[in-house]
Amino acid sequence: MIWLRTWKLGVKSLALHPLRTVLTMLGIMIGVTAVIVLTAISQGASDQVQRQIESLGSTTIIVRSQKPPEDKLAGMRATQYGLLRSDLERIVENVPTIETAIPIREIRRQFTYRDRSIDGRLVGCTPAYADVNSLKIRANGGRFIGDADDLKADTVCVVSAGVAEALFPFEEPLGKRINVPEHTDKYKIVGVLEHRNPSAAIGGSLDSQDFSSDVYIPIRTLRKRVGDTIVTRRSGQFQMEIMELNQITLQASSPEKVRPSAALIKSLLAPTHSEMNDTAVVVPLELLEQARNMKLLFLGIAILIACISLLVGGIGIMNIMLASVTERTREIGIRRALGAKRGDIVRQFLVETIVLSFVGAFLGIVVGFVSLYVYEGAIWLFQEGFPDQFASLPQPIREATPSIVLWTIPLAVMIAVSVGLVSGLYPAVRAAKMNPIEALRHE
Amino acid sequence: MNMNDPYDVSPSRGATSTIGSTRLATSIRDLTKEYVLKSETVRALRGVSFDVPEGDYVAIMGPSGSGKSTLLNLLGCLDKPTNGSLYLGEDDIAEMTDDELAEIRSTRIGFVFQSYNLIQQLSVVENIQVPLYYQGRLGSGEKKRAMELAERVGLGDRLDHRPAQLSGGQQQRVAIARSLVNDPFFVLADEPTGNLDSVTTDEILAIFDALNDEGRTIILVTHEDDVADRAKRIVRLKDGMLHTDEQVSEERRVAARLAQRQAVEELLARE
Repeated sequence: MIWLRTWKLGVKSLALHPLRTVLTMLGIMIGVTAVIVLTAISQGASDQVQRQIESLGSTTIIVRSQKPPEDKLAGMRATQYGLLRSDLERIVENVPTIETAIPIREIRRQFTYRDRSIDGRLVGCTPAYADVNSLKIRANGGRFIGDADDLKADTVCVVSAGVAEALFPFEEPLGKRINVPEHTDKYKIVGVLEHRNPSAAIGGSLDSQDFSSDVYIPIRTLRKRVGDTIVTRRSGQFQMEIMELNQITLQASSPEKVRPSAALIKSLLAPTHSEMNDTAVVVPLELLEQARNMKLLFLGIAILIACISLLVGGIGIMNIMLASVTERTREIGIRRALGAKRGDIVRQFLVETIVLSFVGAFLGIVVGFVSLYVYEGAIWLFQEGFPDQFASLPQPIREATPSIVLWTIPLAVMIAVSVGLVSGLYPAVRAAKMNPIEALRHE
Repeated sequence: MNMNDPYDVSPSRGATSTIGSTRLATSIRDLTKEYVLKSETVRALRGVSFDVPEGDYVAIMGPSGSGKSTLLNLLGCLDKPTNGSLYLGEDDIAEMTDDELAEIRSTRIGFVFQSYNLIQQLSVVENIQVPLYYQGRLGSGEKKRAMELAERVGLGDRLDHRPAQLSGGQQQRVAIARSLVNDPFFVLADEPTGNLDSVTTDEILAIFDALNDEGRTIILVTHEDDVADRAKRIVRLKDGMLHTDEQVSEERRVAARLAQRQAVEELLARE
């Protein structure tokens, strides 16, 4: 009952100075809004990164060829480096936890059909490639390359949506043969893929992959038709590069087996490749964990920044309450003379700060939610209005949709209210400690 | 007589210490009060003793520096004496904690100040209820009592007004109603007419007279002789000590009343 009256009184006193009250609440409100918005944006960005990594699969291990340092290649007439077919065999034989292994060879080539042409990647792979990279055959689009194609080293291919559109804008691509002019080879199209979004680069460990202009052929066909040697002419000189495989994508039997398998693979590759340093083992699971740590770091920084603004809000409350105590010295004196105990006075002022910070926090939550819509609107406007500048933004920012982290709401309210309490306590105690005689004399 | 019954209006509530056959509203014994200002000790009261029996009407007078305000603060339990005792009923306030003093103020003392000291954001009825509020008495019965008291001081039609909407005399009436709401041992008035013109002064003093006639104990601090003359007894302080303590004869009281009435009538006639 007495508390109810104290609340009423507090609200009444606050209502006496509406502008001052609103301005004080604004500090807390902005703080809470900042907590919610900043964490939501950082959460959105890291969700995006996480999705990308997850799309690689949590059981995946990627072994890649990488160009060794220049000095290791010096003196070679043909630069020869990278993964060997024997590496693949060794891995498959010695690592029992590997369920599938996909050898991959990628070459940049031009594809033509009649008078149309497109530059793209000629990818030699095995049937499992489609699943691992989430490639889907489009409706009535035939099939992906099969085991039989690979065994017979048939000149068949599966084209991506981009290639199909470029070479066959008005025709049905299935059954047609596309040319690879450099080898005078023709490949019969047995499948057409759905469109697939490009995958993003992840840190320095994985390049982004644009699947839009790929042509997939069986790896044996590629070996037979193209071979391992790629000759390029650069500034009047022929350069030869010899590489057997660009990449081996491996699937472990379970996520727990990923790390030991990766370690075993590294040790298997070490004798033949450590000197050249021409291979790398990438474990998306590890990247995922790194990304999670990054996410926590982001969240931490976001909360820290938001807490600073809450602190500023708290200082605002303290400032106003101190002013209010001074201004109401006389009232405090009267109340003390008429029987208010020190605790009554403390309670009266604390109630005001609690109301201030609670209402401020509530408004902050509302404004936080609203401003996330505003943020998405602003991103959209920026994208429409300045497409070039927008494209130069980092991808996680471009594609991230802010998502509210629910537990930050009670956290923000808790911080706001405790900041309000702490900053209200000092003025309240100061009010209560005043000598009633002097307070009564105060003008 | 029941201390716990808030509607027991008998003025003798709780006053149990007695001299002879008369109960005492308050009793002061060898009261001293010293203040330390910087390195100097100011002896504001140097041993004052007197009793206020129930139903008495005491005017405390004295020049500035006589210890008048100090005595008032002690009587109002706003401060504690350095030495000596001050009894309200059976309790000596010299031994009380700050919270106990607050409790005594809200239950046993009715304050009337020179500058009214109403709380600006509260209405008339709410202002009257403040002392009860700090006793935790917030029921509808308390509100009814506050309304009756407002009626009693002639403000029955202004219950929901704010102090700023009232004249000085009206505000002082609210303050008087407030001082009665807790049914105190005595009403302690500090220069209650100091800010008022002579017409209003007369009205306020008439209320005090009427209250005293009903048996209320009134202690009034003033420096005006014509106000003091309406009391039953005048206590004069000088240099922190009791100077004189005289009973006012009934003739003098009547004369003071008449003189004031006459002054008021002359004033009204002139206008």
